Formats: sequence, structure tokens, C-alpha cells
Amino acid sequence: MLEAVVFYILAAALLGFGLLVITRTNPIASALSMVGAFGALAALYALLQATLIAIIQILVYAGGIMVLVIFVIMLLNLHEEDLKPMKARAGTVLLSLLAVFGLVLGPVFLAVFPKGNWKWAALTNDFGSIFTVGEKVFSDYLFPFEMLSLLLLAAIVGALVLSKRKL
Amino acid sequence: MSTIPVVHFLYLAIILFGIGLFGVLVRKNAISVLMGVELMLNAVNINYLAFAKYWNWNSLTGTVFVVFVITIAAAEAAVALAIVISIYRQFKNANVDEVHYLSQ
Repeated sequence: MLEAVVFYILAAALLGFGLLVITRTNPIASALSMVGAFGALAALYALLQATLIAIIQILVYAGGIMVLVIFVIMLLNLHEEDLKPMKARAGTVLLSLLAVFGLVLGPVFLAVFPKGNWKWAALTNDFGSIFTVGEKVFSDYLFPFEMLSLLLLAAIVGALVLSKRKL
Repeated sequence: MSTIPVVHFLYLAIILFGIGLFGVLVRKNAISVLMGVELMLNAVNINYLAFAKYWNWNSLTGTVFVVFVITIAAAEAAVALAIVISIYRQFKNANVDEVHYLSQ
């Protein structure tokens, strides 16, 4: 019961922050709303017993990525007329998105998922802790994990090459 | 025992994904578009973790995938912001609908 109350409060906060992110014209305002959305997301992950992911969400997203985004916003000297909220066809996009999600994907969810036996499972206490996740990463997913380090190296080099004025 | 049906997590994720997609399609500023993409990635993570929790087998595969998604999102954000900086240097603004040299 308590989980349900917490879940609905967090879901409302998350959707509210998400709407703020895409409706604010000032990019700093939407970046700060994004930090709020990441906080709500981290709490949701903790509710789902994914404690390691909740901590990573705060550290990497709210701490790392958003600092980078805010840094770039401050670095660029955006003018007032560049911050116009929307392109002209916001209504059309909204209507077509509602049509696709409401008429196609929503009914698919309703039709498919209640048939499975999905229950709020009583998992072991260390589910999602850093110990068990680390064990899984370094046994079954060792190769993809090492590939990630290659991807990060490529991203570092690519970001440097793209943003440097002269090589 | 909790009373949240798994479908509610899916609805939350699909609404968040829709909000992010709307932001990507509608905003002009490239940084706002990037923030819409981040919202979409996080909506996917909600699905992974909800199914990891609701599946009765202590399976950590969803959790590991979320670790991968977060890492890739960080790499993507770094490269995308570098592209934004070089676009700004070229055009003196960061509007995605004015950068269309390739489509002309």
C-alpha cells in the first residue's frame, strides 16, 4: 500500500518535471527541471529495489550529464530570438503523437501484458545491490562491458575532435 | 505486498517517452532537443527495471542493461554537446531547423 502511494506521487512529479523540461523557453530552467526529473527517477528506481541504479542515476545523470549540459548552455551565447519555444507545427505533432500512442501502443500494452504473470516479486534482499550487479557484469556480460570502455574512449576522442577549433 | 500493477509502470514509461519525443520533434534549440532524447532514454530504463522487479526469478539482466544504457547516454551526451558547440561556432546559433546544408 505504501509503495503504491509513493509510486503515484513520484510518477506525478516525474511527469510534471518532464513537461516543464520541454515547455520552458529558458534552457537553464529546463535543465534544472531535468535535474528534478532525474531525482524522481532515482527514487522510482530505489522503489523498484535497484539501489545501484538509483545511485548511478544521481551520480552520472544529475551530477555528470546535467553539469555538462548547463556548462554548454552557459558557454553558448544564445539570443532571445533563438529561444522561441516551438516550431510552428506543435499542434500537428501533438495530435499525431497522441494518435500513435493512444490508438496503437496503448491498446497493445493493454492486450499483451495483463496475460503474463507479472507480480511485485519478493526478491532476495541483495537484488540490485552493487555486489550482485557487479558479479553479473563481470561474468555473463564481461565482453559487452569491455566494449563499453572502447565506446567511451571513442566518445572522448570524438568530442575532443568535434569541439576543438583547430587540431 | 504491493498493489501497483506492472502496466502502470509501462504507462508511466510510455507517457514519459511521448513527452521526450514531443520535445525532440518540436523544440528548436539543439540543447532542448538533446534533453528530450535523455527523457526518452530514461523512459526505457523504467521499463527494464520494472520488469526486472516484477519477474520472479532474481534476474539481473534488466539491471545490467540499464547500466549499459546509462553509459551510452553519457557518451551520446558528450558527443552531441560537442556537435552543438561546433554548430554554434559555424552558424552563431544552435537551431536545429536552420542547419540543413546536407538536404539542399
